[in-house]
This record gives sequence, structure tokens and C-alpha cells, in this order.
Amino acid sequence: MSAATAAPVTTAASALLTDPQRPADQRERFYRLLPELLADDPRAVALLADIGAGYVDLPPSVADRVLNLGIREQLLVSAAGGLALTGLRPIVHTFAPFLVERPYEQLKLDLGHQDAGAVLVSAGASYDMAGAGETHFGSRDVGLLDTLDGWTVHVPGHADEAETLIRAALPVDDRVYVRLSGASNARPLGTGPEMTVLRRGTRGTVVAVGPLADRVLTAVADLDVTVLYAATVRPFDAHTLVATLTEPDVVLVEPYLAGTSVPQVSDALAGIRHRVLGLGVGRAELRRYGTPAEHDRAHGLDVPGIRRSVAAFLS
Amino acid sequence: MSIGTTTTAGYDALPGLLARMTGDEKHDPASLSTLDVLWVLHDRVLRVGPSLVADPDRDRFLVSKGHGPMALYAVLAAKGFLDPAELSGFARFDSPLGHHPDRTLVPGVEISSGSLGHGLGLAVGTALGLRLTARTARTVVLVGDAELDEGSNAEAVQYAGRAGLDGLTAVVIDNSSATHGWPGGIAARFAVEDWATVDVDGRDHDALYRAFTVPHPGRPLAVVARVEPKETR
Repeated sequence: MSAATAAPVTTAASALLTDPQRPADQRERFYRLLPELLADDPRAVALLADIGAGYVDLPPSVADRVLNLGIREQLLVSAAGGLALTGLRPIVHTFAPFLVERPYEQLKLDLGHQDAGAVLVSAGASYDMAGAGETHFGSRDVGLLDTLDGWTVHVPGHADEAETLIRAALPVDDRVYVRLSGASNARPLGTGPEMTVLRRGTRGTVVAVGPLADRVLTAVADLDVTVLYAATVRPFDAHTLVATLTEPDVVLVEPYLAGTSVPQVSDALAGIRHRVLGLGVGRAELRRYGTPAEHDRAHGLDVPGIRRSVAAFLS
Repeated sequence: MSIGTTTTAGYDALPGLLARMTGDEKHDPASLSTLDVLWVLHDRVLRVGPSLVADPDRDRFLVSKGHGPMALYAVLAAKGFLDPAELSGFARFDSPLGHHPDRTLVPGVEISSGSLGHGLGLAVGTALGLRLTARTARTVVLVGDAELDEGSNAEAVQYAGRAGLDGLTAVVIDNSSATHGWPGGIAARFAVEDWATVDVDGRDHDALYRAFTVPHPGRPLAVVARVEPKETR
């Protein structure tokens, strides 16, 4: 991993300037927010493993609380555990595969088993870096965290939501994962912990997670379904799902591994005969490069793909 | 968890405390290889004790090599962290004392350990946290020579040296148990990453004390404590 394969945030920022319709980039917002988070909270310490280090502009007053460990992701998470044991609040950042997959045992032992917390902020989502290929893909992150105990998982669909969720994660000591994406909805839709009801219908429920919400709303525009929006997926808001349920047919549309939240829906509806369809990123390696839009299409996560799957399931 | 009284026992009491846990296996080498280092640290070096377990200025002693924790439990009992009566329940379902220690169950245990290669990284974070909060407490982490085989230690050794983490001390119990060995010796691997190093007889209490108290401004300290080679398996 090197800066050469890092998604060029400066390019995203300049695209922002040339395209007034484009929503703010979540990752760029995080880097801009970080000095303020550190200034506001004396417990906050940011840990980096080179990724992002060149993009964070640090005033001297907080510079000592941004530690770049170099390309050492095992140490990144272990050191976060040690910092938490001294009462500090680590904010840990790198690309999703290097934050969750490579140091998986450190997440399990050096945070979980120590009963220590941290705020993990990933970037790159499932295939923001489509051209970089499978080594940089992070679609398995939420599924992996599901094997561990006590994680709150946020999947913001807009930079404003990401900012709200990260700010809220700092004053406490628990284990929080914030999954930043290059994709975004046009406007913020809610930051939970309850799911937001975007639409009510009578023929079933579609749960749209994070940046997929706008696409879901377009895809089901003429279908008689309830649409719920989740920017927080763990803990999963079973209450709103049950409280708004009409026909017990539920479709999950998630921007990571397909079916990741199916067990949560099954638990929520355990006493009811129900059907559930989990849409998301396919399990098989595609071994394709290209653009995020091409990967959305390949996984059926573009508007026509979502519409096709939902319509077939509910027909 | 019952806490022992403030009465503490001396080094001579350790064999009896160990026997409460180990029975016929009281000469378990993984346990006894650390005994003298643990004793010297708790008895003469570290600012730790049953009354300080929640004190933010206490020294932090992290046992990374969680295997063979009987010596640790014996020293904690001798120093009043544990009621010696707890030792006889060692590794039973209702005992807080397992084959690998759990920090949430045992007072005086700073990290839960067992899986090798985690303690040094946790110690780096602990030392960083104490430095950032301007506390003068030391962080001392005990690792085994074979444990250094784990690649995660390389990340921690490199970074601690470059960060000049002088609040950090790593004590390596060298009982020659690493499968492929360390040509040139263990201390050399730390020295090349800009650690101060001391190579010492791991059974000599005065030599250990001198090693742990050697000045090392601006650099982390590695103490390699040599003990008799592990019995062949």
C-alpha cells in the first residue's frame, strides 16, 4: 500500500468545486473535521497508517495527537487498545480492508478482549477504488465485525451524517466503526439510532442502507412499499422494522456483502412467517477494475438492478 | 474477587504459592522462566500494588506472554493483589485465574493475553497515552523470545524506537525457545531500531534491578533476561 494507490482526495475536492450538484465527499469531510475534533476533545488521539496523513492539515496545538505509525496496521489497532487503556479516545483511520481484515485479531483481542474501545473510521467502502482491484476492496468489513462483540456500525449516506456520527462517537468509550463511502445521497436522511421512515406502502418493506438510499427510492418509486433508511446498522433497529411492517416481505439493500443483515431481520421477525431478500455486493471475486458505477451494475446495485430484484421478489 | 490483605509475602513464599496451582507440575518451565523477573519488578522496580490498581499514575506492567501465568499469579498473591486461597481454583470454571490471564477478572493484570504478539503493540499505545497525558509512569511489557517470531512485534519495535518512547521497557525472557533462533542475539535486533539494550542473567536479582533502572533518555529500553533453555519437547 502506498500513496500512489490512495484515492486522490484532492481530486475529489476539486471535483466538488466544479460540480455544485455533487454532495460533499465523506472522506474529505473527515480530514477537514479532524483538527476540530482534536481541539474540542482533549481525550481524542488520531492514529494513521500513512493513509490520509498527507491530507490532514494540522495546527500545532493538536499536531502531537495525530500519530502516523507508518504502514503498520497491526500496530495501528494494538496501539489504539493501549491508548484506550490509558483513558484516551483513539480515532483510527485507514482503508477498510487494512482497518478490518488485516488486523482482525487485533480488533478481537486488543480492543474487544481488553474491553477497550475506539472509533474506527474507514474509507474506500466496498469498491470506491475500483481501479485498484480486489486488494483494496472492503465489502466484507461489516460481516467480519458481526463476528465480534459490542460494535456499533455506522454507514453514513452523506458527509453531514458522517460528521454527526463521528462527533457523537467521541465522548463515550465503546467500539464504533464508521464506514465512509465515496457514494452519497443528495441530502442527509437521518442518523438514527432508529431507522428513518422515508416512505410508507402496503406490499412489503425495503431497508436502504447508507449511500444506497437515493437509488432505492428511485428504483421503487412506483412500487407500493415502505422504505426505511438506516445510517446505523449495528445495533439493528428491529423495533422500527416491526412497527412499520405491512406484508412480512423485507428487502435489504446494503452497500457491502449481500445478506450481511439477513440474520438481524430474521431475529426481528422470528415469530412471524416472513421472507427476506438480502441485496448487496456479491460474495464472488469479480476480478474487474473500472469504475464504482460499473461495479454497482455488476452487483445489481444500480437503479435498474435494485428495481429488478425488488419487483421480482415482491411479485 | 476477594482481595488479599495488605500483608505481603517474600520471595521464599513463592514455591508454596506455585504449588497451590501446579501440584506435581510445579516445575513447569514456561511458568518458572519468568519468576525472578516478575519478582524483581514487583518487589523493587514498579510503582504498583493492590491500592494502586485504579491509580492513573501507577506503572503499567503488561504480560504479553500469557502462557504459563502461574508465576504471575503467585507474585500477585505474594504482593496482596490476590487471596492465596484463590490459587487452588486455578483454571476451574468458577476461577478468575485461567491458563491465560484476563484483565477484567484479575486485579493487577493490565492486559488480557495468551495469543502471542499482542502485548508489545498494546504497550506502545499505553506508553504513547501516558506520554500524551504527561504522566511519568513507566510501561513495562514482558515478552518471550519465541514470541518475537510474531511479525506484529517487528512493527512495534520499529515504531517505538523511531518515536523515542523512553517510557517503554520491553523485557524479553530468553529461554532459547524460538524455533529458528535469533542470530546475533535478541538485544541486537532492538539496538538496530535505536533501543537502549541490556543483556542480563534472568536469575540474578541485583543484575535485573540494575538493568531495569539503567537510564535511557529518549529511547525505549530492552532488557534481555537470559534463563536456562526450555526443556526439549
